[in-house]
Amino acid sequence: MMDGITEMEQPETLSGYNFAYLDEQTKRMIRRATLKAVAIPGYQVPFGSREMPLPYGWGTGGIQVTASIIGVEDTLKVIDQGADDTTNAVNIRRFFAKTAGVATTEKTAEASIIQTRHRIPEEQLRADQIIVYQVPQPEPLRFIEPREAETRKMHALSEYGVMHVGLYEEIAHYGRITQGYNYPVQVNDRYIMAPSPIPKFDNPKMDNMPALQLFGAGREKRIYAVPPHTKVKSLDFEDHPFTIESWEQACALCGSEESYLDEVITDDRGSRLFVCSDSDYCRTRREAGHQGSGLPVPGEPDTTSTDTAGEAS
Amino acid sequence: MYVAVKGGDAAIENSQTLLAEERRGDTSIEALSIEQIREQLSLAVDRVMTEGSLHDPDLAALAIKQARGDIVEAIFLLRAYRTTLPRFGASEAIDTAEMAIRRRISATFKDVPGGQILGPSFDYTHRLLDFTLAANGEPPAPTPIADQPVDAEMPRVTELLNQEGLIEQKVADDDREVFDLTRESMKFPADREARLQNLARGDEGFLLALGYSTQRGWGRNHPFAGEIRMGEVVVEFAPEELGFPIEIAEITVTECQMVNQFKGSSEVPPQFTRGYGLTFGHCERKAMAMALVDRALRAEELGESIEAPAQDQEFVLAHACNVEASGFVQHLKLPHYVDFQSELVTVRALRKAIRENAVNDADPGENSGLAPAAE
Amino acid sequence: MIDRDQPALLQVSDLSRYYGGQVGCADVSFDLHPGEVLGVVGESGSGKTTLLKCISGLLPPSAGTVQFDTRVDGPRDIYELSEPERRMLMRTDWGIVFQNPRDGLRMNVSAGANVGERLMAVGARNYGEIRSAAVDWLSKVEMDLGRIDHLPATFSGGMQQRLQIARNLVTQPRLVFMDEPTSGLDVSVQARLLDLVRGLVRQLGIACVVVTHDLGVARLLSHRLMVMRGGSVVEHGLTDQVLDDPQHPYTQLLVSSILPV
Repeated sequence: MMDGITEMEQPETLSGYNFAYLDEQTKRMIRRATLKAVAIPGYQVPFGSREMPLPYGWGTGGIQVTASIIGVEDTLKVIDQGADDTTNAVNIRRFFAKTAGVATTEKTAEASIIQTRHRIPEEQLRADQIIVYQVPQPEPLRFIEPREAETRKMHALSEYGVMHVGLYEEIAHYGRITQGYNYPVQVNDRYIMAPSPIPKFDNPKMDNMPALQLFGAGREKRIYAVPPHTKVKSLDFEDHPFTIESWEQACALCGSEESYLDEVITDDRGSRLFVCSDSDYCRTRREAGHQGSGLPVPGEPDTTSTDTAGEAS
Repeated sequence: MYVAVKGGDAAIENSQTLLAEERRGDTSIEALSIEQIREQLSLAVDRVMTEGSLHDPDLAALAIKQARGDIVEAIFLLRAYRTTLPRFGASEAIDTAEMAIRRRISATFKDVPGGQILGPSFDYTHRLLDFTLAANGEPPAPTPIADQPVDAEMPRVTELLNQEGLIEQKVADDDREVFDLTRESMKFPADREARLQNLARGDEGFLLALGYSTQRGWGRNHPFAGEIRMGEVVVEFAPEELGFPIEIAEITVTECQMVNQFKGSSEVPPQFTRGYGLTFGHCERKAMAMALVDRALRAEELGESIEAPAQDQEFVLAHACNVEASGFVQHLKLPHYVDFQSELVTVRALRKAIRENAVNDADPGENSGLAPAAE
Repeated sequence: MIDRDQPALLQVSDLSRYYGGQVGCADVSFDLHPGEVLGVVGESGSGKTTLLKCISGLLPPSAGTVQFDTRVDGPRDIYELSEPERRMLMRTDWGIVFQNPRDGLRMNVSAGANVGERLMAVGARNYGEIRSAAVDWLSKVEMDLGRIDHLPATFSGGMQQRLQIARNLVTQPRLVFMDEPTSGLDVSVQARLLDLVRGLVRQLGIACVVVTHDLGVARLLSHRLMVMRGGSVVEHGLTDQVLDDPQHPYTQLLVSSILPV
């Protein structure tokens, strides 16, 4: 996957550009940062992020990581919100098709590299796969400490008490931990890490995953990693353990009761349908014969009195 | 039966076609040429080169055309292009003391050796819309040539102050490798060279506002425009094979040196302090704003208390790049419905808990600030 | 009450701190034993704040040593500890009560979270227990428990100081530094707070260094007193002795300058 490419092997790509757009020096720099990241699970490694043809905030970190590890024999899958056909995923897939000419796929099982925004595929990943996450804000402490000079120190000295202070506040205020996505985790019993804005539903998949997990933040210029089979634990309290989202409904298309569901509003009276967010997972189930009810659920009138203020007491 | 909407690829392609149509506008009107933009919108070109961190007027003009005149978008195009360019070395530092001056003014002295050269500037115009420009009229009459050329001796005003030891002097350590912001990420606290690089490619509007804020009291440092000079400098590069520098280009730059609040103590005699700004082309406003912010960011080094946003390194430098800012602000347009769904699940559960509490509201003792942690 | 045969908890030797040519403090030496309260009095510019910063690990001295009897390793020079060790010490075995409560509190999290933070920082992971500990300490500092979830910004100055004290004491530190803990508060609020502090210190056997310009505060809280002027200690002894029978002319001046009510 990381071998040099000879003139003969190079596929038909956008003329004037190197394979996968970045020059080899830059790829080497990024791979070095990535290796450092893999050697220190959960630690954010600074790197010289380049401007890419997509804007910062739109996946340039993930794209740079993918561009640095992808080779002619790879098969690439790109998803956003779990689906292959959202505009951002389409754009990024086209970018790699244009600049690297690699094979692309929508099937999770067939991909060797999966670049993702905001979801982990439902299907379990294997040891021969790499998942690359797009990360907007790599620093989990940023919400409480805006200064980078200070957060660096906090990580170095494992001064993480303030993370649990945040969770304590949520329980004191709402009766439960309300953080729903980008839920902070501790990696390998050492670094606290931002898993990217995946829903907390996906956090358990990160623990002991057989695949290599790489995280790229282009605008903030950081790369981090979780090596295969590494412990990843979501922060919580003993008496308020970490829990994941659940729905009363099943997927209207394939009937799954185990996957993360997207809510689709079907009329102006609040009727809604729930469908799998992972489009490949849903299609695979339907091809195997599973079926959902296909019926929308009517909207429920809200009987919560809004006179009682936000506090649940 | 709900069917998920497909066709992302086709929609994207159509969007791009539509964009090309909008960009071209009314086809009965002549298309803009790159040359026209380069020659007649040169200040836009200069800004795009400066913040794009790439000196190439033709490419900048192309970027402006492709971006339909959106300067921040054009800067992004140029930066992205820059990423693909191979780097074969670093030039010698340009020497602005050797500049072929076309404009040079100083507010600190009525007259200086070499004189006040006004050059081409909006400063002396009245801002009255000139309708003669609306008609594609004759080219303007050429400016008369003076009898004497501009003085070859144009010492920097800061040098004159320096002769008396009145202004702080910093000597560069030429052997040390220079930090390159385009290759490595910034670390905080950042030293001055990293800060200046960041400011040079930083958004003019942002720096203008911050510079303005220092003048209005948010970190006042009493600036005087010591010297502003604009003109051509040579770029020299020493290829390995030759071992000596050769001239490879001549470029226009604008340099601003601010003379600021003096500093001193009972042991160290007071001296004026400095702020510095430098741009490609003739971006005078940017060079001045940059110098004001540069000086403000030196607050800590000069023993001043940090009270104002313009003095706060992490605040200024983390938000100066308009390519980063634009990307992140606009990324909110990307789908976020998975995370939003997570929030919906939470809010619904909390509201359900309140409803259930209201129904069971017999025992106030239960409600001591904690709701049941139902999931 | 104070066992001076026990090894000193804090031993300061020939401590000096200079700012360029200016003296912050010079040649200060003293011992502090468990349960002992040392008052440091002086007017502005006396060097008492510099001294406090040096002995509490916030400012390295120009000369001299500050030795603390650590739980694990015995007496150690605090400036020879690694930064992680020193920061850990400052979060557990030590407390610092700042003059301005905003310097010692997290203003954007609730009172309960402020008190619980140190526990969470050393690994407490049971919400119920953390909250109970917070309730416990808030009642010890005589705060209204109904305000446990409120933000400190909504508290009065006196309440903020009580919160600061609770936040520090929750890990049962053996040594607490206080910088003008009651200045800026109304007189009646000061009195109540001083009573509280004196009670807690005695009850918990905490050693304390209290920096103040107010001789009344020094009299009420401290066993021993150091009078500082121009960076040096001009007089040092039992509080009552120093205040009732001052030997040094400057101390005499200070004592006689107190306005009678």
